[in-house]
Amino acid sequence: MQQAHARSADNAVDDLFARFGAPAFVPQPGPDNTPTLWVDRQQVLEVLAHLKPRFPMLLDLFGMDERLREHKPAGAADFTVVYHLLNIAGREEIRLKVAMTAADPSVPSAVDIWPNANWYEREAWDMYGITFTGHPNLRRILLPPTWEGHALRKDHPARATEMEPFSLDQEKQDAEQEALLFRPEEWGMARATADTEFMFLNLGPNHPSVHGVFRIALQLDGEVVVDAVPDIGYHHRGAEKMGERQTWHSFIPYTDRIDYLGGVMNNLAYVMAVETLAGISVPDRAKVIRIMLAELFRISSHLVFYGTFAQDVGQMSPVFYMFADRERLFGIIEAITGGRMHPAWFRIGGVAQDLPRGWEQLVREFIDGMPARLDQYQVMAMDNSILKQRTVDIGSYSTAEALEWGITGPSLRATGMDFDLRRDRPYGGYDQFEFEVPVGHKGDSYDRAVVRVEEIRQSLRIVRQCLDNMPAGPYKSDHRLTTPPPKERTLQDIETLIHHFLNVSWGPVVPAGEASFPIEATKGINSYHLVSDGGTSAYRTRIRTPSFPALQQIPLISRGLMIPDLIAIIASIDFVMADVDR
Amino acid sequence: MSELDTIGFGLILIAAAVGGAAILTWFERRLLGVWQDRYGPNRLGPFGALQVMADMIKLLTKHDWVPPFADRAVFVFAPTAIVVAMLLGFAVVPFGPELYILDLNIGLLFFLGMTSLAVYSVLLAGLASNNKYALLGGLRSAAQMVSYEVFMGLSLMGVVMLTGSFSLRAIVEAQRDLWYCIPQFLGLFTFLIAGIAESHRLPFDLPEAEHELTAGFHTEYGGMKFAMFMLGEYLGLLLISCMITTLFFGGWLGPWLPPIVWFSIKVFALICFFILLRAAIPRPRYDQLMALGWKVMLPLTLLNLLLTGVIALLLEGA
Repeated sequence: MQQAHARSADNAVDDLFARFGAPAFVPQPGPDNTPTLWVDRQQVLEVLAHLKPRFPMLLDLFGMDERLREHKPAGAADFTVVYHLLNIAGREEIRLKVAMTAADPSVPSAVDIWPNANWYEREAWDMYGITFTGHPNLRRILLPPTWEGHALRKDHPARATEMEPFSLDQEKQDAEQEALLFRPEEWGMARATADTEFMFLNLGPNHPSVHGVFRIALQLDGEVVVDAVPDIGYHHRGAEKMGERQTWHSFIPYTDRIDYLGGVMNNLAYVMAVETLAGISVPDRAKVIRIMLAELFRISSHLVFYGTFAQDVGQMSPVFYMFADRERLFGIIEAITGGRMHPAWFRIGGVAQDLPRGWEQLVREFIDGMPARLDQYQVMAMDNSILKQRTVDIGSYSTAEALEWGITGPSLRATGMDFDLRRDRPYGGYDQFEFEVPVGHKGDSYDRAVVRVEEIRQSLRIVRQCLDNMPAGPYKSDHRLTTPPPKERTLQDIETLIHHFLNVSWGPVVPAGEASFPIEATKGINSYHLVSDGGTSAYRTRIRTPSFPALQQIPLISRGLMIPDLIAIIASIDFVMADVDR
Repeated sequence: MSELDTIGFGLILIAAAVGGAAILTWFERRLLGVWQDRYGPNRLGPFGALQVMADMIKLLTKHDWVPPFADRAVFVFAPTAIVVAMLLGFAVVPFGPELYILDLNIGLLFFLGMTSLAVYSVLLAGLASNNKYALLGGLRSAAQMVSYEVFMGLSLMGVVMLTGSFSLRAIVEAQRDLWYCIPQFLGLFTFLIAGIAESHRLPFDLPEAEHELTAGFHTEYGGMKFAMFMLGEYLGLLLISCMITTLFFGGWLGPWLPPIVWFSIKVFALICFFILLRAAIPRPRYDQLMALGWKVMLPLTLLNLLLTGVIALLLEGA
């Protein structure tokens, strides 16, 4: 499968070479299977437009500061913009890179090719000061409009202690207050037409139904949404910047808090990228333990979705039953990992500990009891006619639209697209499991829920297979970067002692290179693009999350509907603000 | 009853209604807790019943705040309107053969009038708050009331036809042989729906709709003024239950037990039913609610009226 994938992607490269000539590109070899090409910025739009029919989805677009990088790849300059494209039907990916000098960090905007480039380019501008010429609305997106500098540049301080002490004088306060004023024109909305004066409603950042700190500025005509402009960044914690300071191991707990309902699912995306980078293979038992835990967290995350989905359309009770189930699940996770929502339990090369005695009993009780309860929930929530009235045909989009906007995971499958990374490009041992990939057909709010509910059942199936076929063996890879030498031997010779000392005090040194590893996380495709400069921490950590593009699409699917519909749409998207803002 | 007795009973009734509404806040939370697999307030006093006291102390001692941008006079008046209107509605309820304050020959109309007045409370609150969420809540409330008021009154006309009187005592007396919930089941059904809509409870809590409008019309309210709205809502729930009991379930009628006990049992059962509805049903969208009102409930009500009229005429002829 891996080789087949590599071969078909090479065809895309050959195709490019045939169309534009091989000298137009500088290939960059890497440990992952995604071909990477450097391309001149004069030509990049042409190349992207040529690739679009073959790669309908812009999976990710991000910036990078190369100025302090020692192991610069051929083709790199001061700043880089990376385009990561995904071809779902052909199961292939390609990465394009554009180099820029610090004197002129600009590149033409790809918004006309992929609409979801809009937010990604704003983010790259916000973080690196890279200008995207032709971008319709190049404003800050994650940081406040009054922020000075570009936070992910290498010369921007990472900690408050590296900066001047903060003070808020009157002038500054007035400026901040001024910046908070809402002017519809700045958001691209008109105050009135010839015959209608609009009402503007500020939904969020604190509102019962926005699932965190998320703000939508609504342009209303009565209760009908004329336009909706999402505003994000209230949950931004600089996770990518932290990735440049933390060691490869000590960044793992930070990943837990990206999709904070996904728990170890985040660890999985991260450690698999590190393992790809360092060429570490994981023993079978660790693989199965990881899959089991990841699927348990998928169930947990989907249960939260299920309950809040029903709650947001006004049904009061289901959320309590689903949270009770989630509590049962946390009991198991606590027994295995010691943590609940954020166990930070996966390690590079395996997991932190072996499974505790008696884990089978706990897991079996849960997966035996769950299907009957899901049947009850089906009758209570999904079959309810009012719930259907509220969600069927509300906020629907087609598969083509979903691909254009970078929608992945259950929200993509709800449109009828039969695609799941676990089955179609199996990673971490998923090829050994039997499960089905549920799909919807309308792509409306109701289908998005139906797909997730069915995924709970499929995850239970996977967990049962883990339970019945848990292999024996080590739970951690015997690799010098993951496991320190045995303690007894450190007392005998200096070689193992010094290795042990360095591994424990510094952490592993991962060889220079770049790798990303997309996985099917709870809410869609999550991937960490890691750049190592041969140090004890990442040179660049890019986190591609499924929630970010999902929010960008909200205006498209909510125009012309009413406020309660917007709430139903928000409920059906299943996003987490930390997963959006990082 | 003598004049003095009536006044005394009136005072007792006010105390009982307000106290009952207060207890209801606790009872509802406990009952929801039972149905939702959790405890609800269970710490203070026996079964947590003293929670009511704690809540009251909290609400009474809160800062009595009026937002500077609100229309002060209307803002303060709005919550009292609902409580006063609901309490007045109790005046015509016959709790027993001799247990009532007023036996108006237009008792039913008086009740309908009072519940209609309560609408102003929500509407004025929404307008006076000068808050967009409150305004949307007020708008929804106006639309909802206009739609549901129409068939609320009409749904009771079947009962009036069968009895030949608007007096609530006469209506109860007329049910000695057969409770009206049997011949007037359509009327009961439509009145039940309209009643929930009148008292703004889930699934008809659109003016409030916390998931959409944060708290709708009472977004800006806090402390005692907020408590008045809650009191009004629970009084409304009690009143509607009393009226359904009176109109469709034979009021105080029943064997062996004293009339007031029968009356209370029926009201209690209805309240539990209302709480169950709240626990079970999602909230329809505003236009769907309007469509239900005009396209389903109103025709049903008219059909009920027609059938009742035909049958009444036939029975008279025979």
